[in-house]
Order: sequence, then C-alpha cells, then structure tokens
Amino acid sequence: MKKIYLDYASTAPVDRRVIKAMSSFLGENFGNTMSLHYFGQESKIALEQSRNTVSAFINAQPNEIIFTGSATESNNTVLKGIAFANKEKGNHIIISSIEHPCINESAKWLEKQGFKITQIGVDRYGMVNATDIRNAITDKTVLVSVMHVSNEIGTIQPIGEIGAICRERGIYFHTDASQSFGKIPIDVKKMKIDLLTASSHKVYGPKGAGLLFVREGIKMDPLLHGGGQENGKRSSTVNIPAIVGFAKAVEICKKEMRSENARLAKLQKKLIKNLLKVKNSGLNGHPGERIANNVNLWFAFTEGESLVMQLDMYGIACSTGSACSSMTLEPSHVLIATGLRPEQAHGSLRISMGRWTKEKEIDYLLKILPKIIKRIREISPFKEEAFV
Amino acid sequence: MEKKICAGLYTQKVLETFKNPHNYGKIKNADGIGKVGNIVCGDVMWLYIKVSKKNGKEIIKDIKFETFGCVAAISTSSIITDLVKGKTIEDALKTTKDNVIESLGGLPKIKYHCSVLAVDALVEAIHDYFFKNGKSIPENLAKRHKLIQKAKDIIEEKYKKWAK
Repeated sequence: MKKIYLDYASTAPVDRRVIKAMSSFLGENFGNTMSLHYFGQESKIALEQSRNTVSAFINAQPNEIIFTGSATESNNTVLKGIAFANKEKGNHIIISSIEHPCINESAKWLEKQGFKITQIGVDRYGMVNATDIRNAITDKTVLVSVMHVSNEIGTIQPIGEIGAICRERGIYFHTDASQSFGKIPIDVKKMKIDLLTASSHKVYGPKGAGLLFVREGIKMDPLLHGGGQENGKRSSTVNIPAIVGFAKAVEICKKEMRSENARLAKLQKKLIKNLLKVKNSGLNGHPGERIANNVNLWFAFTEGESLVMQLDMYGIACSTGSACSSMTLEPSHVLIATGLRPEQAHGSLRISMGRWTKEKEIDYLLKILPKIIKRIREISPFKEEAFV
Repeated sequence: MEKKICAGLYTQKVLETFKNPHNYGKIKNADGIGKVGNIVCGDVMWLYIKVSKKNGKEIIKDIKFETFGCVAAISTSSIITDLVKGKTIEDALKTTKDNVIESLGGLPKIKYHCSVLAVDALVEAIHDYFFKNGKSIPENLAKRHKLIQKAKDIIEEKYKKWAK
C-alpha cells in the first residue's frame, strides 16, 4: 500500500539536497570546532557559514544566533535563562494558553522556583489579543513568550503587535517559531523580537538541531554549562553535521518558501472546503490567519485516535489532539482553550502538509475520510441524525 | 503477560479487532442494556444482551455493542462480546479485565481502563436484565452495580464544568 504522509507539523523527512550537504561532515570533516588544528578549523568555518545563513534569513546578526539541540532546548533555555538572569529586575513571565508543552512545563517548573506566571487566553480561533498582553504586563514582568504559529491549529499570532508592546515597555519578547520558521517570512528587527526559537527537522533538515536567536545585549543564563561553546550560551561539542544540514535546509526554504506557500494554500483550501461538507464538523483555528500547511477540523462524535488509526489502515498518516491519544488522557489544552465542547475536541484531526504533498494524495484523503467518519459514527451509540 | 507491549503501541490483535469488530450494532428489544462511560472523557460503551434458557440455565444468547471511543475502547467492546456470547450468565459474570486484556494480547497500561469499561458494561447489562425482569439480584452483582454507579457520579462531577 502506498503511504501518504500528512503529519509534517510533527516532523519531516530530510531533503536530499540537505543530506548531500551534510555527508562530508559525517565522514572526513569530523573535527571539533574548538580544536586549533586543521580538522577543527574546517568545522569552525562550516559552523560560522551556517550561522551566517540562518541569521541573514531572519534579519539577525550572526553573533545573535545560538545553535541548540532542539526547539525544546531553545525554549527551556529562554524561559529558565531569562528568568534567572533577570531576577533583580522582576519575577513575572507572561505566556499564552496555547504554547507547546516545552514552554508550559518550563513555566510550571519556574513557578515552583518562586516565579510568577500569567497565561493569556485566546479567542475561539486560537488567537491571542495583543491588548490582553499589554494589560497583563506589570513592573515585575521580565519576559513575554507567545508562539508565532500554533503547532496544532495553525493560527498565526500578531507577533509584530506584541513585539511592539514589549519593546515599548522594555520587556523581553520571545516567540517559538518552530511552525513558522522557513514557511512564512520572519524579520526579527521589524517584528521587534528579542528571542526566537526554531527547529531544523520541521524544515526538512535533520533532527537534533535547533536555534535560538538572542538579540545582542540581552542577559540570559545558559542551560548547559561546560566548555563554553556558542559564546558560552550553550556548552556541548557542536553538532556540525546537523547544523550544516539545518543551514542548507534554510537556504532551500529561502528560495522556495513563497511558491511552496502558494501551492499549499490551494491544497489547504480544497481540503477545508470539502471536509466541512461532512455533517457535524467544524474548523479549528483561524480561517484566514493560518499557516498554509495546516488543516485541523473536528468531527463531532468521532474519536480522534480511532480516526488516526483507521486512516493509517488506508496508508494515511495524520494526528489528533484527542484525549485518548495522549499520554495523560487529557484532551488538547489548545482545543480546550479555543472553547471546543468535549464531543468536538475528541474528534479533532490535524492534517499537516509539506514539500512532497501531492494534490492526488489530498484527493485520496477526501475520498477515504468521510467513509471512515461514517463508519466510526455507525459503531457509536450517538447516531449522526441525532445531532443534525 | 507478554513483555513486548509498550505504552502507546497496540498489539496486532488489538488492531485487527479494531479494524473488524464483531457484534456491533443495536439489539432491538434487548433483555438488558449496560451503558457506561462518559462523553467528556471520550469513551462511551453500550452493551445489549438477549437472554434465553438452555438446559435450565440462563445464557447470553446474543450480545452487541455500540461504542464511542478510541482504538482500545472499540477493541475491548468487541472482545467482550466474543468472550461471553453463549455463556451462562453465571459464567459471564466471572469475566475479568485481565481476561479482556489477555484476549487482546495485551493493552498499553494507560488503556487498561478500557478493559474495565468493557467488563462494567457487561455487569450493567446483566444487572439491567435482572432488574427489569424483577429477578432477585445476587449480592455480588448488586455491589458491583453500586460501585460502577458511584464511579460514574464522580466522573460526571469532575467534568461538570467542562461539559456545560
């Protein structure tokens, strides 16, 4: 059976061009960037070239980029590193209610250490209102962190607006751009971003590389102490193959981002339009302010895990925010934050497209999914006609 | 139990059962119906039984389920119908969650509650049959019924805010 991958928001395959760029750094160019000899020098040059590429991509300076091991590490570093380095200024951090668990859990941990956390809610489209951020800022606030694009529902947040408010008040603004970096333009200067997280494997680079943009002059403690790599901000032997791959992936995104976005937007429109024809369904996330690769819908009185597994039997890979698929058996905090009812949240399905998604794959999904929904509702005690 | 199961991964038997569940649907004029679970938590299981007499003993002649829920919930629903169909009521009541789990070749730990739900649905269906027919309810069955109802109330209370 042909496999159709529609879970790109989770992770993506590495582009062949990236593999090619990486290969020599897995073999002959293996040096440690901290070594003085030829081998070290070669690696160091590759590292700094990579830094140049990714910094230019978001209009930052090379010395403002720290390579990390993952977006999770970048987000942990920001929350903990900013909180501890700016204690004398204040102890208050603002985040949104729809952040990725690595932000939520870091914030929870900081709360245990005595810091104060405010969570800002979202509207029914999963959108943060910048005014709510403004109103939540106190003279003790040191950091505001709002993700650029939701990994679950794809809503694009008003990052520029929030950035302007924070800059005006002299508060650091961080955005987790894991789902937007490489997909829509980011300009850290224009958007007044102080700290930014991005990930390699979401943009067809290898796993095990992330980045953290830290605007020059910002006080931040490192998470990892050691040999002082990455300007003392992230000790660890530098993962050169992954970073070279990440930079190559960024280079490709820079060239292809615009046309790719337009192509995916068309497929997105087709998917949403046709899937909303299913009775008792609805769109999760914003209808307009939405990343082009994300489709997330609820189908009342279906259960997400069952949907995903049925689709898998037809070779289609998607994901869900349903409670039953999570390790905690709690439904997605993002869907709950948008005010979905339980019977809607349980039946949510995320379809995320990418570089190799073809229209005929979308057509196949459109043929199969309504059948699956019908069957799941057939087995259920809640009959479709009861909810029309 | 086999050790190869890890959380989040289903056995082949679970997946096969989920793909082709047995005995789903309604029984019109069922002799007993067991309704367990809660829409807010995501699992709702309804079991219908038809009872008849064989050699002087009451047996479960037919059993069907309707389930809203995850892969595990649908699989445990199907397997419990297989386990008790044709059995005497007395024997059916001996079915445990471990029988259900074993018949599926194992379940991830986090899904064990689905096996409990299946057994509870059966207990409730049999209790309903006794109750509806004015039969005297065995002490043990009455006790189990009470516990299931109590757990139901707790869950409904817990999710009240969210469900409104």
